[in-house]
Amino acid sequence: MFVSYKWLQDYVDLSGMTATTLSDKITKSGIEVEGVEKKSEGLKGVVIGHVLEREQHPNADKLNKCLVDVGGESPVQIICGAPNVDKGQKVAVATVGAVLPGNFKIKKAKLRGEESNGMICSLQELGIESRLIAKDYATGIFVFPNDVEVGQDALSVLGLDDEVLELGLTPNRSDCLSMLGVAYEVGAILGREVKWPEITKEASAEKATDFIQVKVEASEDNPLYVAKVIKDVKIAPSPLWMQTRLMAAGIRPHNNVVDITNYILLEYGQPLHAFDYDRLGSKELVIRKAHAAEKITTLDDVERELASDHLVITNGTEPVAIAGVMGGANSEVQDDTTTVIIEAAYFAGTVVRKASKDHALRSESSARFEKGVDPNRVREAGERAAQLISQYAGGTVLEGSVEVDTLTIEPAVISITLEKINKLLGTSMTVSEVESIFTRLQFGVSVDNETFTVTVPTRRGDITIEADLVEEAARMYGYDNIPTTLPTGTVTPGHLTDYQQKRRKARRTLEGAGLYQAITYSLTSKNKATQYALDVRESVALAMPMSEERSQLRLSIVPQLLEVVKYNNARQLDSLALYEIGSVFLKQDGEQLPEEREHVAGAITGLWESNPWQGEKKSVDFYVAKGVLEALFDTLGLTEQIDYRQSEKEGMHPGRTAEVLLNGDVIGFVGQVHPTVQKELDLKETYVFELSFKAMAEAAVAPIQYSAIPRFPSITRDIALVVDATTVAGDIQKIIAEAGGKLLKEVSIFDLYEGERMEPGKKSLAYSLKYFDPERTLTDEDVTKAHEKVLAAVKEKAGAELRG
Amino acid sequence: MQERLQELQAEALQKVAEASELKELNDIRVAYLGKKGPITEVLRGMGKLSAEERPKMGALVNVVREEIASKIEEKQQVLEEAAVHAKLAVEKIDVTLPGRPVNKGNHHPLTRVIEEVEDLFIGMGYTVAEGPEVETDFYNFEALNLPKSHPARDMQDSFYITEETLMRTHTSPVQARTMEKHKGQGPVKIICPGKVYRRDNDDATHSHQFMQIEGLVIDENISMSDLKGTLEVFAKQVFGKEREIRLRPSFFPFTEPSVEIDISCKICGGKGCSVCKGTGWIEVLGGGIVHPNVLEMAGFDSKKYSGFAFGIGVERIAMLKYGVDDIRHFYTNDVRFLTQFNRHES
Ligand SMILES: [Zn+2]
Repeated sequence: MFVSYKWLQDYVDLSGMTATTLSDKITKSGIEVEGVEKKSEGLKGVVIGHVLEREQHPNADKLNKCLVDVGGESPVQIICGAPNVDKGQKVAVATVGAVLPGNFKIKKAKLRGEESNGMICSLQELGIESRLIAKDYATGIFVFPNDVEVGQDALSVLGLDDEVLELGLTPNRSDCLSMLGVAYEVGAILGREVKWPEITKEASAEKATDFIQVKVEASEDNPLYVAKVIKDVKIAPSPLWMQTRLMAAGIRPHNNVVDITNYILLEYGQPLHAFDYDRLGSKELVIRKAHAAEKITTLDDVERELASDHLVITNGTEPVAIAGVMGGANSEVQDDTTTVIIEAAYFAGTVVRKASKDHALRSESSARFEKGVDPNRVREAGERAAQLISQYAGGTVLEGSVEVDTLTIEPAVISITLEKINKLLGTSMTVSEVESIFTRLQFGVSVDNETFTVTVPTRRGDITIEADLVEEAARMYGYDNIPTTLPTGTVTPGHLTDYQQKRRKARRTLEGAGLYQAITYSLTSKNKATQYALDVRESVALAMPMSEERSQLRLSIVPQLLEVVKYNNARQLDSLALYEIGSVFLKQDGEQLPEEREHVAGAITGLWESNPWQGEKKSVDFYVAKGVLEALFDTLGLTEQIDYRQSEKEGMHPGRTAEVLLNGDVIGFVGQVHPTVQKELDLKETYVFELSFKAMAEAAVAPIQYSAIPRFPSITRDIALVVDATTVAGDIQKIIAEAGGKLLKEVSIFDLYEGERMEPGKKSLAYSLKYFDPERTLTDEDVTKAHEKVLAAVKEKAGAELRG
Repeated sequence: MQERLQELQAEALQKVAEASELKELNDIRVAYLGKKGPITEVLRGMGKLSAEERPKMGALVNVVREEIASKIEEKQQVLEEAAVHAKLAVEKIDVTLPGRPVNKGNHHPLTRVIEEVEDLFIGMGYTVAEGPEVETDFYNFEALNLPKSHPARDMQDSFYITEETLMRTHTSPVQARTMEKHKGQGPVKIICPGKVYRRDNDDATHSHQFMQIEGLVIDENISMSDLKGTLEVFAKQVFGKEREIRLRPSFFPFTEPSVEIDISCKICGGKGCSVCKGTGWIEVLGGGIVHPNVLEMAGFDSKKYSGFAFGIGVERIAMLKYGVDDIRHFYTNDVRFLTQFNRHES
């Protein structure tokens, strides 16, 4: 809402307040003033001039040579290019020495050999936006009414000696979508009265009801409809002061009748509509829900198809307006209109909202209806409009109005105790402090033993419950005056859940291992959404995405991390170690919401270790990635429950990928990105993993139980085994661990040999086995017994021979 | 015989003094003091002496032996020390060369902010509540006093999936779900961090995905002054002890009264600068007293209970705290950005 500082003074005394100090006070009390625009910023030396003579420039077709009286001793010659300049006009003249917006200084000049002492200005040249300039002057200079005084400051005539406050209104404060509403707010802040416009009625012999009948067939959506009739109207431009006020508020002037309806919209917050009575095609207005597929051509010359939940004004047969949104072209006020019907109505917000949304027509009117207008101003707004039309368009207002009224207006009456206010705010206001706040707001208030009974004016439809009154009290009392305390009361233990603690531990471990946390988008393309998914399903799609690239919810994180790797690689950042913990989204049959499963994923590429001056470097390989996972499982106490299984997965290197199993269930994978994919994405050798963190965090973990530090020495035996080349180390390890019995405490591989010294199809694996008994010193015999069982088992189960 | 001994002693001591290596010294020891050495030979020749002279000579032999042995010992220590020194001199390295790099990673700056805030509130008795990122219209809007027709819905253009489900536009639905679980029984003290989504084009100050932390306290006797105090603790912890806060009236459908909370500008200390647009204050939070409709919808008796709620934009905090000038940095994951947040900051 744009509020002219000068206009506001019609309703509330602003003496002692500059626009800036007023803005600060308004902001502090709850409505943010987003800016104060000084209309005359960058403007100087523009006066009203009278074009005494105009003739064609002798040397230029498109230029005019004008003699203009600018109130000086003698008229001056000005060359003007505007097509509409003519003798006898009153115009705005930027005299020599004047400054126009953009620091454009007016100097004496010669144009094609003719002297020019100034410039005749269009409104654009005076800094007014083109969209706000009446059509007649859109492409030329502005012509003033004849009664303006020559030599006068043109800026004040145009209302540019004003400042405009831009209010950022929250949806609850639609009461301030009107000058009167703002006046009440300012009046409350300053403790000053609000003056209403005076409405004078002249008696007329003819009655409105003789001209028109109104029938409302949808009274729930339209509980109040008032029609005023004004005849013998002469359509012309509205008075200049009205035009300038409309422009300051951001509305383009049209003609006197339309301008007056807009003026009232700004003054009262009540949207009005004017019909040309003679073009209506009937003597009745019927307000009803539209028929499905019914059509109307609106004022903007667009034919629109209506739906049965749109409210329309009809002439009994066809629609003449979409209620609260836009009038129809068929009944539009035009230059030859003589009889006008002014509609002042109360339309329900929902029905207006529906139509304005469906037709993508958001107007000053629809915005106000949607948020709710003050039902008590409807009639008065209509009366005031009728009066202004008779005043400025020369019409006669017919006696009375035609009304359909099923509206029950009951102002909210809310009781609240002083204690409640102070308890909710933590303040210690007194009865009289609170009472004075309600009085300043011009709410009805009575006090009985510290209980306030407040009658809220209908203009403040946002106030319906106690809490709303508490807010009014708080903002008028001032938030700076509210004390600072901390909640007392029940003591609650603060903590993270077990799951949250595990997540933090997982992060620490991954970061300790050298990985940086990335956060990527959950929304991705259809193609990427399902790549590398652990659980392949159709992705969840947005109904109306902003782009294909962000149209689906991801089922995996790896594709997003590969994007990050690609981005960094493209910037010469080759060694990367990244992880992300975040949700993936799985569509569920028969469920409204997808399952959100937290995953942990990582991408590692480039050098893992690098210490160049010592000549050491090591590239990332499968075992680096696996080592990171082992550390993670160890941190979470899952090592014993985890298995790896060679596996093939789309997009992954078929020989360098493992499924990760938790208690036999696949929970993810680790491995190298398939070389083809690497090439497509322009990546170097990159290793990735993705696991269901949810599964990991939910797996049962035994509590930590101390086991005694061994007091007796251990005995280590190493064995080198020859096995088939296809045998996997993990299997041998398992066989050894099982066969070794209680005494075997540790098995670790220390050599793998697949070289030419081996028989074809064979390889050698060497293990170190550590035996000990917590109760006694082991003898060689004990160990040999256990060790032989191991050898027998590997031979029997894996065909392994001791390497000679 | 005596003379011979003295000669040997002088000779041996001379050699000891001249020895420059441990091996040489050992040779001297073997040569003079060994079983085949000259002194042993002298001892053997003692048989020819008289019974009176024998003990005298024996004593003299011992004195000579001990003298030589002790000098060897002394010299040995000197040579050993020298050998150690020589070895250490050879082992000298250039300590200014860089150390062996240790791999280290770290949190994303947004996680850093979230954990700092979580820990602060956990210390004040809060628990951390989480919820789904895809929400029902009910929890995202209706349970928060935003019925379908509410005009404030325009304020948050959302990503709908179906008519009834959408990407949550704030973490407030977690508050609604938590309240519901409490079945009308206070107290509730939670903070809810998480990702949220709005229909915004990504640019320097907008992101279609971003993070929020919301807080909610419900108990008997919770007041606006408690919110003010709590957020003052927050401001001082996160932005520094010197910070002050200011409340301005505002509007949110789920709180009444509603406030916006400004924090005094850290850059200029409140005098006014470009970061705070000359006001000395920076808008960081929104909050207020929980709307009685929200309490009632979740099963709390609004006559008995009251509460406050607040919401913080995590990116906004990180941007202010670390001077980040483009919100997209948080989601691009350029490692030159990520690696800037891996150290402690007091
Ligand atoms: Zn500042």
